[in-house]
Amino acid sequence: MPDVKVNGANGGSPLPTLTKKDFSSDQETRWCPGCGDYAILATVQSVLPELGVPPERTVFVSGIGCAGRFVYYVDTYGIHGIHGRAPAIATGIAVSRPDLSVWVVTGDGDALSIGGNHLIHALRRNVPLRILLFNNQIYGLTKGQYSPTSEQGKITKSTPFGSQDHPFNPIALALGAEASFVARTVDVDRGHVAEVLRAAAAHRGSAFVEIYQNCNVFNDGAFEPVREKGVREANQIRLEHGKPIRFGREGERGVARGADGGLEIVEVAEVGEDALLVHDAKRPDPSLAFELAHLAERPTGPTPIGVFRAVERPVYAEELGRELAEAHRRADAEQLAELLRSGDTWTVPAA
Amino acid sequence: MTKDVKERERVVVRFAGDSGDGMQLVGSRFTDATAVLGNDLATLPDFPAEIRAPAGTLAGVSAFQIHFASRDILTPGDRPNVLVAMNPAALKANLGTLEKGGMLIVNEDSFGDNNLKKAGYERNPLEDGSLDDYQLVRVPMTTLTVRATEGIDGLMSKDAQRCKNLFALGLLSWMYGRPTDVSEEWIERKFAAKPAIKAANLAAFRAGYNFGETAELLGVHYEVKAAPAEPGTYRNVNGTTATALGLIAASVRSGLPLFLSSYPITPASELLHELSRHRRFGVRTMQAEDEIAAASIALGASFGGQLGVTSTSGPGLDLKAETIGLAVALELPLVIVDVQRAGPSTGMPTKTEQADLLMAMYGRHGESPLPVVAASTPAQCFEAAIEAVRIAVRYRTPVILLTDTFLANSSEPWRLPEVSELPEIDPAFATEHNTEGGFWPYKRDERLARPWAIPGTPGLQHRIGGLEKQDLTGNISYDPENHERMTRLRAAKVAKVAEDAPPIHVDRVEGAEVLVLGWGSTYGAIAAAVRRVRRGGGKVDQAHLHLLNPLPRDLGELVRSYRKVIVPELNMGQLVKVVRAEYLVDADSVTKVRGLPFFTAELEEAIRERL
Repeated sequence: MPDVKVNGANGGSPLPTLTKKDFSSDQETRWCPGCGDYAILATVQSVLPELGVPPERTVFVSGIGCAGRFVYYVDTYGIHGIHGRAPAIATGIAVSRPDLSVWVVTGDGDALSIGGNHLIHALRRNVPLRILLFNNQIYGLTKGQYSPTSEQGKITKSTPFGSQDHPFNPIALALGAEASFVARTVDVDRGHVAEVLRAAAAHRGSAFVEIYQNCNVFNDGAFEPVREKGVREANQIRLEHGKPIRFGREGERGVARGADGGLEIVEVAEVGEDALLVHDAKRPDPSLAFELAHLAERPTGPTPIGVFRAVERPVYAEELGRELAEAHRRADAEQLAELLRSGDTWTVPAA
Repeated sequence: MTKDVKERERVVVRFAGDSGDGMQLVGSRFTDATAVLGNDLATLPDFPAEIRAPAGTLAGVSAFQIHFASRDILTPGDRPNVLVAMNPAALKANLGTLEKGGMLIVNEDSFGDNNLKKAGYERNPLEDGSLDDYQLVRVPMTTLTVRATEGIDGLMSKDAQRCKNLFALGLLSWMYGRPTDVSEEWIERKFAAKPAIKAANLAAFRAGYNFGETAELLGVHYEVKAAPAEPGTYRNVNGTTATALGLIAASVRSGLPLFLSSYPITPASELLHELSRHRRFGVRTMQAEDEIAAASIALGASFGGQLGVTSTSGPGLDLKAETIGLAVALELPLVIVDVQRAGPSTGMPTKTEQADLLMAMYGRHGESPLPVVAASTPAQCFEAAIEAVRIAVRYRTPVILLTDTFLANSSEPWRLPEVSELPEIDPAFATEHNTEGGFWPYKRDERLARPWAIPGTPGLQHRIGGLEKQDLTGNISYDPENHERMTRLRAAKVAKVAEDAPPIHVDRVEGAEVLVLGWGSTYGAIAAAVRRVRRGGGKVDQAHLHLLNPLPRDLGELVRSYRKVIVPELNMGQLVKVVRAEYLVDADSVTKVRGLPFFTAELEEAIRERL
């Protein structure tokens, strides 16, 4: 392996020569016209040059589904893997090569159904990965079956009488897996996506980002209340660390703790500004983030977006990686011969 | 009292007891002393399936068999000449293996009513004449052990009784003239931190040895002289350790850090445990969340430029199939160690079988060929592991290395190789553009291997995936002609591995018209059976395959040159199918699926019947 310098996703200074073009491959993008993936791709390509990591030290790994094609369009190293396994493949890359910035692009079926196990274990280990979950609440590539985030009763080709499944709440799931960074954003809200991506890139350990992504062919309008201009201003609850949680066109509504101890949506004029809950993404215990995750079970009304949780905890095998790399460099033929000879040996002399 | 010494060419001893009796320990100690003495040897541990079966029951019996000789031997032996039974259950479970007239040494203290009942004996077999066909030696091992350890400061009576296995070791060490210093030094080292336990074990071991020397019960003891062996330094090794050492050696030779990602599964977990101890060589082991992740993490490590290895057994290989298919498409090095066990499904996890050959060769959807290497003896696992890595790295391909439960657990003397004689493995990472102004990840070399460009290399960024790729550029392609070309290129690349294989070694005798063709762990039993057939006047040749896919280029000519080809396998006939299909040769199959290795005698008979 060539001698590599550690140039982490967050530590490096911006490389002034890099532009969006440096992260754009020559492959023609092939998603359906109007797909939310285009907006996400464009934002990712515009944020990557800011991060101080050159394309050759950036790796994208994806699974199967519409989102899986993402890797072909960024001019970095990349693997388009198999269904649901991207977090595992990416774990192998990130653990073996701590000098790289490793990103996972996945979807709701890929990450939460067939790959659910890999996702939760990557998060609990706190492997240094940036996991972008494009949630469109539908199986797009297989042409329209319900997904683990589709609402109960969803009518699709595979559920003509409505699905029986209770959906996952991806933010709550990630928090349950003890993810150290959990955020949500909305595909077309480029400024907000960029902000969340920067925060995810700066995080040490696993960063989980759910991106509401509209599938205009099989599930159009699923996120309309938080996505469409004209209504989203009233429904996006933008979480900002250290600030009172308030939202609405004029900031007229907010989140406060109710009489029963749970969170509730309040009118600021009625309760007063001091009654609003102050967001604390750095709380070691995830209970507040979990409550916020459940504030809106579906994105049909006021829904929190932004960083739910961003805490420091040990990154998987960080220290060990350095020790092993050093040990491997030192291991030589003599040491190997000594290893082979270990234990009880005996010698048969030449006759 | 001076006792007679008789010489024996070869002896098979089986130690059997409750799983709490420490029989594996006694077996290993006896093995080490035997190895140091210079006998050739082969061992076979036989563990119970349950971790802690109720004490004294048949399910809880653990045994260890060793075959040692003053000439070279090839198997752990069919039938023991001596059986040491520490309790009634051990006697009941193992008596059937003892040769008629063989020596049966029992710990008579354990033959109380309770233990007899647990083992399902209605009457005490030591008293009812049912053992008259054997030379029964009754030794009150527990009593003598407790007596020998009396007066040791701080020793609990329970701990004293537990040392009875060392008493048995001492007794057998006397019987076969094993060096005592090897075992005593081991006890000193092992219990250095526990003076009372150390003293008790030493006392029990010496008491057993002295009992042999003085008791009237045993009139003779035996001498098994050192076996002639090639000059060199030797150690005793089992297949698990040899595999681990081979992987580490390949890592050092290639400069690729070893990254083993694995999920616990019997019997492959032992390899995970063994490699986990070698951080000194930069070996990283990761216990993944499941078998699929284990393979995927290893593949990710390979993409990162390390030596990705995953190990498994039985159902684990089913689960890894999807990732192995991806590795076929990505054309990245990956070594999958499959320690075969009896199936289907959970099957018999602690028992051996060779029934994954066709799975290894064909067990993926689509046309997805990959090289398959099989180890033939415990020590040969070392070479096989290095060869699997060499092929994986040279051809940028997943390679399945087949071992099995028998190889993993059995041990034999291993002549240590010189590190400088081990194969060179050059990862030959791509560092430069390979086409006008760019990099094509699927532009192949003369062996049809593609370049391995690892992240961090400027200018060689590329994306690869499971979708069919355009020849050369690696871009996604649904073009019909391209798919056919890529399918044939992948197959041709794997076929080229055969060009590296040396000519098949055939053990020939003048005038043989019959060939016995084997693969994997049956080597020893086949070779021993062939020898016996020849001693009886039969003319038979033997060949053994280590490369199973692609098959060696000279195999077709070889099998066609015999009147008859016999293929013994521990499955329902897998290699034989391949040989018949590939070469249109009417090969004859000998099979066994009992979770046990072949016995020499049964193979001898099977071959003789077919001459």
